[in-house]
Order: sequence, then C-alpha cells, then structure tokens
Amino acid sequence: MNSKASHSEPNQTRSGRPARLSLADWMPKIVMAPTVIITLVCMYGYMIWTAILSFTNSRMLPSYKFVGFEQYERLFNNDRWIVALTNLGVFGSLFIIICLFLGVVLAIFLDQKIRAEGAIRTIYLYPMAISFIVTGTAWKWLLNPTNGIEKMMVDLGFEDFKFNWLADPDMVIYCLVIAAVWQASGFVMALFLAGLRGVDGDLIKAAHLDGASTFTTYRRIILPSLKPVFFSALVILSHIAIKSFDLVAALTNGGPGYSSDLPANFMYAHTFTRSQVGLGSASAMVMLGCVLAILIPYLYSELRGERHE
Amino acid sequence: MKKIAFGLSAVALSIAASTSHAGEVEVLHWWTSGGEATAINVLQQEMINAGHNWKDFAVAGGGGESAMTVLKSRAIAGNPPSAAQIKGPTIQEWGDLGFLTNLDDVAKASQWDQVLPRVVSDTMKYEGHYVAAPVNVHRVNWMWANPEVFRKSGASIPTSWEQFIVEAKKIKAAGFTPLAHGGQAWQDATLFEAIALSKGSKFYSDAFIDLTEDTLRSKDMINVFDTFKQMREFVDPGFSGRDWNIATSMVINGDAAIQIMGDWAKGEFTAAGKKAGIDYVCYPAPGTSDAFTFNIDSLAMFQVDGKEKQAAQKDLARLILEPKFQETFNLNKGSIPTRLNMPRDKFDTCAHSAMDSFLASSATGNLVPSMAHGMSVNSMVQGAIFDVVTNFFNDESMTSEEAVDKLARAIKASM
Repeated sequence: MNSKASHSEPNQTRSGRPARLSLADWMPKIVMAPTVIITLVCMYGYMIWTAILSFTNSRMLPSYKFVGFEQYERLFNNDRWIVALTNLGVFGSLFIIICLFLGVVLAIFLDQKIRAEGAIRTIYLYPMAISFIVTGTAWKWLLNPTNGIEKMMVDLGFEDFKFNWLADPDMVIYCLVIAAVWQASGFVMALFLAGLRGVDGDLIKAAHLDGASTFTTYRRIILPSLKPVFFSALVILSHIAIKSFDLVAALTNGGPGYSSDLPANFMYAHTFTRSQVGLGSASAMVMLGCVLAILIPYLYSELRGERHE
Repeated sequence: MKKIAFGLSAVALSIAASTSHAGEVEVLHWWTSGGEATAINVLQQEMINAGHNWKDFAVAGGGGESAMTVLKSRAIAGNPPSAAQIKGPTIQEWGDLGFLTNLDDVAKASQWDQVLPRVVSDTMKYEGHYVAAPVNVHRVNWMWANPEVFRKSGASIPTSWEQFIVEAKKIKAAGFTPLAHGGQAWQDATLFEAIALSKGSKFYSDAFIDLTEDTLRSKDMINVFDTFKQMREFVDPGFSGRDWNIATSMVINGDAAIQIMGDWAKGEFTAAGKKAGIDYVCYPAPGTSDAFTFNIDSLAMFQVDGKEKQAAQKDLARLILEPKFQETFNLNKGSIPTRLNMPRDKFDTCAHSAMDSFLASSATGNLVPSMAHGMSVNSMVQGAIFDVVTNFFNDESMTSEEAVDKLARAIKASM
C-alpha cells in the first residue's frame, strides 16, 4: 500500500500533467489484465467447474444431473484408487525425504570451497533440465531386468545378481522414487547452496572462535538459519510428487498391473479414456485437497511471518 | 497495428478459403503408422476422384485416446467432423448423445444388409438405423508361432490350453521363452479373452456381452483365471510394459515361440520379410478354432450442416463399402474385408483362413465381439475388467476365487 502511494506522488509533481499520468497509471493494470483474466478463468474457473462435475453423474460428456457424493463413494470403493493413493503416500514421503537429505549433504560438500565447483554444480543440476519423460524412459531401460543393470551384472559374472524391481508389483514404486530422486535432488542442492552462501560469514567466524567444530557449526547455526529454504524446497517437492504423471507414464505406465499408479494417472485414465468424467473429477478434487493441505499451512506461516516484520 | 491488420486479413482469407470449398469431408482418425497411413490414403484418393475435398484430421497416439479427447471438445463446441473413427459400443454412446446422422438411404442403395454379416451390421446401427460404415475386420484370437523354435525344442503346435501348458514346458526347458507377451492391460486382456473363449462362445457372450453375474462367478470362470495365471511362468522377466510389436519381434527373431495377438501382428512379420507358412505360422488361439473374436474399425458419421458437405459424407460412406476400397485397404492393414464373398486371390493364407472362419462363424453364432478391443462392452466396463485382469496376472498372492469375486463386483460398480 505504502509503496504505491509514494510511487505515484513524485510522478505527479515532476510531470505536472495529470492526463498523461493517468495512462501511465493505468498501463500496468492493462498489461496485467490478460494474465489476471486467464488465471481467473483457466485456473480458478476450471477448478470450480471440476468441483461441480465431481457431484454429477457425468460419463462421456459433462452432464448436470447432481448425485451428491456418489462419485466420491465409488472412488473410495475402487481398489485401483486406493493403490494409487497409497503409492502417492509412499512415493511422496520417500521422494521428499531422500531429496532433502541428498540436497543438503551435496550442498554442504560443495560449500567447502572445492575446485571446479561450477562444473560439479552443473552436473548435479543438469537432470532438472530434462523432462520426466526422458528420465522415465532412460531409467526404464536401466531397470529392465533383461537388458539393464541386472543383465550387465550377470554378464560381468555375478550370475545370481537380481534386480527386477520394475517387474515386481511390490517393489516397482521404489523404481519411481529412484528416478525422481535422481532428477530432483540436484535442484534441491542448488536451493540449499544458495541459502548457505547467504549465511552471514561473521556468524560462522564467531562460532569458530568460540571453538565449535565444523559439524556443530552446521548443525547448530547454519542449518537452522536455512528454515525458509527448507520450507520452499518442501513445497516445491511435494507438489512435484502430487502432480507426478509423466514419470509414471514413461517409466512403468502404471504397471505391472496397476501397482505403480499415482492419482494423476488414475484421473487421466478415468476422465479421458474410460468416459468417467464424474469419477475423474472427484479424484482430481481429492488431489487438490492434498495440495491445499500442504499449501495452506505454508501460506499461513509465510503471511503471519510477514505481518510480524 | 501492421501486425493486427495482417492477422485480420489472414483470418478473413482463411474464412474465404473454407467457404469456397464445396463438398468437403473432414475425417478424424488415428491411422497414422506405416501400413495404416497407406491404407487411409486410398480412401482419400477415391474421395478426390469423386470430386470432393478431403480434410485430413489425423490425431496420432495412445490408441485413439488423444483423438477421442479432440473429438469430444469439437462435439461440445458444436463443430464435429463429418466422420470419425469410432467403434463398437462407443457408437451407441455417441448415438445416445444425438450427434450421429442417418445413413439408411446409402445403405439401402448399396445393399449393406445383404453384403454385411448380421453381427457386423448390428454394430453399425443405432436404434435400427445405420450411423457408421465398417472399414475392416480384425481377428483377435490368433496364435503366431515360430516353427523353428518348435522344431528345436521338440514341441508341437497346441490345440488346447492344457496342451499349451505341456508344450510350453518343453519349450522353456529348451531355453526359449514360450510366450512372447507385453505386460500392458490390453495385451493381458487379449490373452485372457482367448482363454475364456476356449470355454465356448456361449460362455464368452454370457460373460463379456451380457455380463451375467452367474457366469462371471462360475466354476468355468475360476478355471479360466487358473489357466491365465499359469501363463505367467511362460513369459520372460522383462515383459512388464513391453509394446506388442516388440513381443512380436521376439517371435520373429526366434527368441520366443508363440504370441497370442490379433492379425495386425502380421504386419510386423511382413515388414521383417518373413513368409507365412514358412518363417512363421498362424493358427487360431488354442481351443478356439471354430470361433472368431472380431475387432471392427468403422467411421461413424456426424450430423453436419450444408448440402455439399452432406452429399460428400454420403459418398464417403458409399465408397467405404465398395469392394475396391475394401480390398486395397485391408491388404495394407493386414485385416480382412467386412463384405462377404469378395475376390480373395490377392490375400495371403492367414487372411484366407480368417475369411473362411469369419463366414463359418457368422452362420453358427460363434462370431463374437472382442472384449479386449472395446467391441463388446463400453469403455467403463472394459476398464473395470482390465483392472482386475491385469492386477491378477501380476499379483502372485491373488487367488482365482478372489479375482472372480473382484471381477463381478468391479463390473457391477462400473455400470
């Protein structure tokens, strides 16, 4: 509020011509208007439409015969949905925890003023630059028991070596975790590295003068000051996990059976190939609920923090 | 400003261009791979020869999923194409929504009722009126085998699933993969329905067309699941998620002995330069020699505005059923014509056998629609069956009794 007033006032006094001023004043709003409209219609409008459809009996095309919570009831009676939701829990938590851990460790190692840091940083960050489809396809070949890592080890002479997680319904979800961690941990590292560089050097020097070891300095001083970075990483990673679709589509295509399905794949299959628009919308709303469950506490803490300042 | 003016004139030009075209048909399809694209080009050429404009609307990928999404949005916007590649019960779904046009006058003039088998013409009708034109017939219950692998492992071609298991064990002992298979839901379902069909076409129709609960929960169905589970030990460890044509190439290369797949697999053998009867052999899937599971591609006709467009649409429907198009298209696609009693000297031995069986089974009632390929049930029920079948095949701990119970419940819930 304050900044806006201070911005327009000097303008007025300097130019002294109110007519041109109002155009200059309106310009940002006009430029922003399409974005605002698109966001309102295409994001929030369609969200509301999806919510409405989830309470109807829509099949192939949207219909507006309301059936209450019937679609949600069907959804939670569906074995495949339960598998998808459980998978999201396993995949999401492992993916976030491992990524955060690896990201922090890599960032701390890189922060030791080593040689060729730029090159190493690029190498770790690079997977983020390629799409999940590429990652999924490459890991599909690596993890395939007949032509990937297992075959290589057997050819090298380890005849009993077995690594067939991709074909094992109980283990296939961990294949998704491996590929996703490979892709995203470098990004988390970059986030934390930027945070580490922002820590006040005097603080660290002071800690060293007081006789704290490097480990203690990191644990007690540096990492706690990185809390905002930690929260940003958490939010980014969890929404990557919830909306994951392409990785599953490329790596396992939901298989074996539907054991590696995630909610986004369930939603796509039912809405677009099985003429179950109502059921698909209901599953989309549950996914939205998952995102909000993470986002609202985060926004709340962020906004409250700002007010305190 | 200049840019806007240019944009406006471009829009004006395109409007002028589209209105000046008389008698245009827009055809939405996903025949985009090699042989298929050649096949559809034949139809395009014939339409141009008949003095119409062909607006190709090919949407590749996903077994038509993306094409269907495009079609839905076009239909909701009130601007559907003249014709779209829609098949089986989906034709009824579109008919229910009131989008399809009536082709009875074309059908009457070209005697569709006489040249098409009853089962086929019924699929093309909505409430007794023709709304779609059939392009080809695929037989799904085929068994493709590499005779060299059979010779080397001392096995013989099985004619029942019991014998299949005996022979497959010999093949496995000789170091080959008995069954080339890809772990995708529709491929699992293709194998599953072939096993179910060996229990007779009555059992098959009760289960997958009428969805009778008694049949779905019957002893025979448990038996079908038992046999299906046994197939699991005859596939190689890398089968998960494999595409069907990769599985076919395993048979071509002599790594695997058998593939259960529709006659589109023939295209892969032909492309690899293999000869039917010498390098590969085709037999009906075990225990189903007198039955025929069909998968019919068809073009459904949508209601369009304008006399010229309607005339072009009628011509399209007429040309699809002409013997000349039926022959060229199906030679390219690997399928057989939907018309009965066509000249057959250009087709190969596998196609001859399919034609004989098509004719015979259409008389005996053993001509049944394929569940795995969306011919017998709508996409909701099909999806429910797929989920149970593919999950059962991959889950070692699930018993056949549990699977049968899940199947019956899932079908009920999806209706």
